[in-house]
Amino acid sequence: MGNKQTIFTDEQLDAYQDCTFFTRKEILRLHGRYHELAPHLVPMDYTNDPDCKLPLALIVNMPELKENPFRNRIVESFSEDGMGNLSFNEFVDMFSVLSEMAPRELKAIYAFKIYDFNVDNYLCKEDLEKTLNRLTKEELTPEEVQLVCEKAIEEADLDGDSKLSYADFENMISRAPDFLSTFHIRI
Amino acid sequence: GIEIDSDLSDDDGAPQKRTNRRQAAGRGGAKGRGRGKKPDSDEDEEEEDEAPRARKGANNRRPAKKRGGGKNNDEDESENEGPKKKRGGAANRKKGGKAQDSDEEDSDAGKGKKGKKGGGKKGGKEEQDSKGKKGDSKGKDKGKDKDDDKDKKKKKKKDDSSSDSNSGSDEEESMSEGEMARLMEEVEEKKKLIANIRNKPWRMKRRLVLLKEAQQFVDKFEGALGKGKGRKWYAYKVMMTKKWIKFQRDFENFRTACIPWERKIKEVESHFGSSVASYFIFLRWMYGMNLVLFGLTFGLVVIPEVLMGLPYGSVPRKTVPRAEQDTAQDYSVLMDFNGYCKYSVLFYGYYNDQRTIGLLKFRLPLSYLLVGIGTFGYSLMLVIRTMAKNADVGGGDGDEGEFTFAWKMFTSWDYLIGNAETADNKYASITTSFKESIVDEQENQKDENIHLRRFLRVLANFLITCSLGGSGYLIYFVVKRSQEFANRDDLSWYEKNELELIMSLLGLVCPPLFETIAELEDYHPRIALKWQLGRIFALFLGNLYTFLFALFDEVNSKLEEEQSIKNASLWALKEYYANYTRMLNDSDSTPPPMNPADVIRGPCWETAVGIEFVKLTVSDIQVTYLTILIGDFARAVIVRFLNYCWCWDLEAGFPSYGEFDISGNVLGLVFNQGMIWMGAFYAPGLVGINVLRLLSSMYYQCWAVMATNVPHERVFKASKSNNFYMGLLLLILFLSLLPVVYTIMTLPPSFDCGPFSGKAKMFDVIMETIELDLPAFIGTLFSYAANPGLIIPAVLLMVLAIYYLNSVSEAYQNSNMELKKKMQMARDEEKNRRNNTNSTNQVMQDLEDLLPNRSLAPPAPPEPEKKPEQEAKPTKTKAGAAGKGVNLQKDVSLASPNPNARGPVSRPPGPRGPGPAPGPGARPGQGRGRGPPPR
Repeated sequence: MGNKQTIFTDEQLDAYQDCTFFTRKEILRLHGRYHELAPHLVPMDYTNDPDCKLPLALIVNMPELKENPFRNRIVESFSEDGMGNLSFNEFVDMFSVLSEMAPRELKAIYAFKIYDFNVDNYLCKEDLEKTLNRLTKEELTPEEVQLVCEKAIEEADLDGDSKLSYADFENMISRAPDFLSTFHIRI
Repeated sequence: GIEIDSDLSDDDGAPQKRTNRRQAAGRGGAKGRGRGKKPDSDEDEEEEDEAPRARKGANNRRPAKKRGGGKNNDEDESENEGPKKKRGGAANRKKGGKAQDSDEEDSDAGKGKKGKKGGGKKGGKEEQDSKGKKGDSKGKDKGKDKDDDKDKKKKKKKDDSSSDSNSGSDEEESMSEGEMARLMEEVEEKKKLIANIRNKPWRMKRRLVLLKEAQQFVDKFEGALGKGKGRKWYAYKVMMTKKWIKFQRDFENFRTACIPWERKIKEVESHFGSSVASYFIFLRWMYGMNLVLFGLTFGLVVIPEVLMGLPYGSVPRKTVPRAEQDTAQDYSVLMDFNGYCKYSVLFYGYYNDQRTIGLLKFRLPLSYLLVGIGTFGYSLMLVIRTMAKNADVGGGDGDEGEFTFAWKMFTSWDYLIGNAETADNKYASITTSFKESIVDEQENQKDENIHLRRFLRVLANFLITCSLGGSGYLIYFVVKRSQEFANRDDLSWYEKNELELIMSLLGLVCPPLFETIAELEDYHPRIALKWQLGRIFALFLGNLYTFLFALFDEVNSKLEEEQSIKNASLWALKEYYANYTRMLNDSDSTPPPMNPADVIRGPCWETAVGIEFVKLTVSDIQVTYLTILIGDFARAVIVRFLNYCWCWDLEAGFPSYGEFDISGNVLGLVFNQGMIWMGAFYAPGLVGINVLRLLSSMYYQCWAVMATNVPHERVFKASKSNNFYMGLLLLILFLSLLPVVYTIMTLPPSFDCGPFSGKAKMFDVIMETIELDLPAFIGTLFSYAANPGLIIPAVLLMVLAIYYLNSVSEAYQNSNMELKKKMQMARDEEKNRRNNTNSTNQVMQDLEDLLPNRSLAPPAPPEPEKKPEQEAKPTKTKAGAAGKGVNLQKDVSLASPNPNARGPVSRPPGPRGPGPAPGPGARPGQGRGRGPPPR
């Protein structure tokens, strides 16, 4: 109990609890995990909001993310600079969105960002190709990839611009039975 | 935002300063919006409040203006800002618009102060008083020279507030009703923001800042709200709400801290994916439920009986009979739950039929019955509630086929996977599933030999039906035989435990058998899994019910036996009393001086049933654990260590490591729970045993799965299976409810054991309580309620309600379908338009052809792709004369893009709706010059 006060003030913890789907204990555990990644960089005292960011390479090596084919995209889309450098705030944010409690709408937004490889707010064909290649470890032939991407766009594209806008994506994902159960990481 | 500030500041600022401020406010509002939340530079403590308020102000002031002026109704927010400012600056304000910049600084400063003052709740009443007066006077001189609607409104407000503050002398408020309402609204909005901030897709930093601002705002203004007597109450309410929220959060923290095994499950999850984890989550849920049942049963039945009931050995039912006493402590006897076990609190027979026990006058029989019913009630409620919750979360009904590829692409990766091997399997399974879909897509059906497959499927089903029937018969046969055995003494261990052994063995052998048979069918694995589950379910259910029917046979024979014993013992007792009174000439009857162990007693069928269930449960536990130990652990050990000296690769080849059998485990759990539900009434201790079982099984299976199993080759997602498990559980609950309720309602309880002995039916205990303990009118009430005349209408009403709800849901479904169709149509149309090809929709094409002769119409309008216009225009030309039509047409075509584009959009959804209807003169000037209004 003692170290609780030294890492965060009560107000900070309350604020984090208001802003995320975590309980106090989980926030402290997250901080522990964050600290663990780079003990010499991350201070144990967060009461005065130190400015400290961890690079992508450190974060994607967490066991929770290590096997994920989209790990780089996840970290990048939660980082403010888009390069994957995460401050503790963004780190908490990431796991909050990926937590079990986060609502579908919020998850959908970030899923969209994650799958949007070229960050143009559309899922175009090349995004889908990249997604598919990561999912299958490039086991499919180019023709197959082509076919699958075309099919996927055809299915989900509502406005016929042959790329998926967020509205298309949201419409598609909101009806997917597995989305909520698979798009979450337990920390 | 700044608007609010200016409102507040209106109350005491100097008149001309106020005008400046208002002008600045318009600007500031726009600026605030434009710049997002960039803080103004001058005040430190105010700047945090400023930005969001600026934004809010921009929103909030619209309704106010609407109310006041009824102008600009149809304009967008941004349009609203501009003209207003212009007009204000040009026509009405004394200071020109140019002065705004210079004035802004000090207005901001003043505002800062003002904000503080207005917000300082405890700031002192004198101050507010004076403020009010100032406002009053100011309002008066304002009123003379200003005729702007907005100002009028403001003034009126001020008058209100000043009159308020002047007349009501004790508790003045500087704010008028309207302002207060607005502020209140704003505070509410902030509160909502605080509550929902975690759902906003913002960066954490921004969220934190906004949260802080909102909290400060709420803190500041909340206390200022409310007035007069209501104020204290309001403050109290606010405080309580805060406390309540705090408490809720603490409770939530506590609750999540109480959820056990989170880490363990996570570990399993990351190794095996969500489907295996779903079993453990289900196990944990089950454990929670059983813990509550355990609390009910032990708290209300077992513990009171132990503490307050008669001790062991005091009455016959609590004593081991003389004949059994020699062997009552033998291990083998105890393992069969005979001997001391049989005459303990674990079983029904031990409980005494005293109406009340102990000092507290605890009504044990009543409590026993109510707990028995409550167990079912609670379980039913919990299962249904969980199902409803799951269904809620489940999202849309997965409309198969619509988004096959898109879903596969975006939802097939299980983000929980954190193990390299599982990940590899997952990659492989995703690749296969994509390939399958591609093949399906390319040649929609590839029935190379549909007849063979059909034949094989029929054959498989036939085989499975045979084995189901066989297993049912086997159990029936064994139960019959065990009844014969029951009358003999020279039994081997096998013969004694035959029934349990056979049932467990069937449960062990049949599922793999089914799986092998299912190979013939060649279904997709997911469908195959469902079939497999269904078949195992049928097997277990058949076994259970065969067992039950056999048990009922036994119970009936025991009932007959009991009847004769009862008659005999009653007769003996009567004889005894007769002799007693005759010999001693003493009419007060003392019971015969007999050791309780020697009393002849009936078979007590309830305890027998309870023992059967306990034995079944225990042997189930044993078999399950042994299976894991041998089937998984031993196999893993052998494969692992013999691999060094074996002629083929054991790990990759034949035996390999076991996979975690999700369906079998889930069904095992579900059926175990069914047995608990059925047996709990006759063996209260069963719930305790089950809790122990679940607890140990959590650790044991977690260990086993991590140590000995390998991930599935084809990793399934746990898609919606949660509710599937729950559905099974509900079914089992219902099926186990039936026999218990049947026995409670129809069979007579044993005459010499259990809490209901001596009554004709078990539920008589309720009648007794109603008659003896409750006031008379409640008894009559109950008799009315039990009247068929009332029950039948009630049932009818329920049927009607069901019918109604059913039809309503059908209607919803229909409208859903309709909407879906519409969406599909819109989509097709859009696509066609994009592709610029002929529309594939024949009907649409025909309709277009049928449109009034377009060739006769004047030259096509500039935007050919706007369909609504196209349709509108020709009709219009038709209506008008040909010559005029040209002009009119042009007018329309010029005017139409603008209003059409703006028409629907310009009505903001929020605050404008219920406002006063726009008067004829209230239309913005913009619309006038350009032709007819859009509508």
